[in-house]
Amino acid sequence: MNSQARIPAVELSSRDLKHNAHNALGDAQLRGNMRKAMDSLMAKRLASMPDEYEREHLREMGNHVRARALSRLPELLERLEANLTRNGVKVHWAETTEEANRIVLEIAERHQAKQVIKGKSMVSEEMEMNHFLERHGIEALESDMGEYIIQLDHEKPTHIIMPAIHKNARQVADLFHDRLGEPYTEDVDALIQTGRRVLRKKFLEADIGVSGVNFAVAETGTLLLVENEGNGRMSTTVPPVHIAVTGIEKVVENLRDVVPLLSLLTRSALGQGITTYVNMISGPRKADELDGPQEVHLVLLDNGRSQAFADGELRQTLNCIRCGACMNHCPVYTRIGGQAYGTVYPGPIGKIISPHLMGLENTPDHPSASSLCGACGEVCPVKIPIPSLLRRLREENVKAPDDPHKVMRGQGSKYSPRERLLWKGWRLLNRSPWLYRVFGFFATRLRGLTPSNLGPWTQNHSAPKPAARSLHELAREHLEGK
Amino acid sequence: MSELFYNAAPNATRVAPPLPEPRQYPAQKPGNAYLFGTCVLDLFFPEAGLDAIRLLEREGIQVHFPQEQSCCGQPAYTSGYTDEAREVARAQLALFAEDWPLVVPSGSCAGMIRHHYCELFKDEPATLRQVQALAARTFELAEFLLHICKVEFKDRGQPTRIALHTSCSARREMNTHLHGRALLAQLERVERVEHDHEGECCGFGGTFSVRMPDISGAMVADKTRALQDSGAAEVVSADGGCLLNINGALEKQHAPLRGQHLASFLWKRTGGAR
Repeated sequence: MNSQARIPAVELSSRDLKHNAHNALGDAQLRGNMRKAMDSLMAKRLASMPDEYEREHLREMGNHVRARALSRLPELLERLEANLTRNGVKVHWAETTEEANRIVLEIAERHQAKQVIKGKSMVSEEMEMNHFLERHGIEALESDMGEYIIQLDHEKPTHIIMPAIHKNARQVADLFHDRLGEPYTEDVDALIQTGRRVLRKKFLEADIGVSGVNFAVAETGTLLLVENEGNGRMSTTVPPVHIAVTGIEKVVENLRDVVPLLSLLTRSALGQGITTYVNMISGPRKADELDGPQEVHLVLLDNGRSQAFADGELRQTLNCIRCGACMNHCPVYTRIGGQAYGTVYPGPIGKIISPHLMGLENTPDHPSASSLCGACGEVCPVKIPIPSLLRRLREENVKAPDDPHKVMRGQGSKYSPRERLLWKGWRLLNRSPWLYRVFGFFATRLRGLTPSNLGPWTQNHSAPKPAARSLHELAREHLEGK
Repeated sequence: MSELFYNAAPNATRVAPPLPEPRQYPAQKPGNAYLFGTCVLDLFFPEAGLDAIRLLEREGIQVHFPQEQSCCGQPAYTSGYTDEAREVARAQLALFAEDWPLVVPSGSCAGMIRHHYCELFKDEPATLRQVQALAARTFELAEFLLHICKVEFKDRGQPTRIALHTSCSARREMNTHLHGRALLAQLERVERVEHDHEGECCGFGGTFSVRMPDISGAMVADKTRALQDSGAAEVVSADGGCLLNINGALEKQHAPLRGQHLASFLWKRTGGAR
């Protein structure tokens, strides 16, 4: 791909979730694609875990493994670093995405790299690594088919597992025809072969392979990477240098811990018992080995994760193993698609992790964009209580600016003295029986005066008219009449 | 799942922790019960509250409706105004002091009292004990009728097809969607039809519906379409919030279908007169 010819991506701002959602809701094609895809993913997950009893036990175990790892996070990270170093992997620490990008760039410059091939990695999306490297004259090409499609179309991924799930075959056919000059075909196999042909060459040419990490095992110093396409294996073994990037929360204690997590991850994500490839990377090529990179690096990125870690409740956010099941089951995500969130991680998990990565000032509406229906929490393989964390973030979000409890960057971004006053009024009304009675009396007696325009409510509903008499009145009469 | 998993993570738990036990119900029907009317029923569906009282009375239970009750506190709680929610919850707590069951004709308000009150008062040990005791005797109406009253309904209505909409809290916090189904299954001339995406949220979510009217609107539009396409002649739900949302949208769309509260439906079908 000619990087010079690329047009800058149309960025959807995370601050404008409402506006983005409004536009997405008007896109009938998107609505149809998403509904179809999510329905199929929900059915697949269920089919892969048919026994409710076993499923719940496995989830419970997943939660315990993750909670244990997080309870010893600093210690496990140190052990991970020591064991990786012993295995010959160079470990780097980055507090911010800028730092992480600079580390990658330094490695690339040392090797005079011109081309980078990437396996799927959400952390590299978080870092906007492609754009950063391009600005420094290095081409970064996505090798995951979905990511490749998105990159061709200058979009951001819409889902963490299936980045192009919002597109159907016809849209991909158009894209390949327009951008790659391929003959038009809607045959999915032919489209995949096209992508594969382009990418195969790149695996051989690339100077550096970049990947993410699914689990980093402290005890053995092993990086685990699951994938279905083989591109992860290619990009971590063919180029002479491999750079893995991961968030600091991905560490687990030992290899045994991986077994239940792996089982949960693939079943929750795609309904698969196991993926086609499970790569376990334990170091660079040894003297007597025929293949593998000569150098392996791991960049451990914080980027707001330690903020979540610091709070016992919010820490549960970091349990996430990135399966995307919460997205697949979320009625909001299903309707607006991933891009409307304007964040790297969309859907329910995105709404609780993004405020830590970007600050609440940049994600002000994310915690509110949920009906708290609980579908996400119900399917989460590691039992993250997403609805209660959303509620907690709402609480942080409406805090007064002078609140002494500083928990999060950007807290209080939805603070409104007017709204606070309204809730104080609501408290007064509901704590004072006589006031509540007066309110009930006037609401019912003056029901004829209910305005027909109630702002956002009457956008989708007729105005609700109170009953002629309240339950309080009816109950009193009924019970006293006995 | 095989032994493999248990052996796989011995440091986590040798044996996976037990799943929560199903709720235990008292064998005896109590003589007295409180009704928590909920603020939405109070203003918009008062007959449903009264029908709930009548259903309980027919089972020989003396119903108490403290006039000082208002709202369970959920709207403020889910909006992030935790202090306000706590104070309103505290006012309700004082009203249900006798050791009688608290029956709530709404899954979400029942879920609030049963599950979230403990969270609200987690830092006040004395109140927490009181809250836990209240939570233990809080029941959603369908649950109470089925498991404690052990009702046996006789259907006295004409054949009909209904769709049952269950709120997300009923489904995921109270597990009462199955209780509603079981009650309806006792009515021999009532056919319950499934609707498309039955387990999906109707889009209400309290203040979500006004904070995010576009998204909420899309959800309720899909829900009302599914209900209309189901072939049901009537829609029944045990939650005032969902009914307010669904009925308001149906009315705006000038659709003839309307939802009614489960209590009203049951009372009418079983020969109750108003």
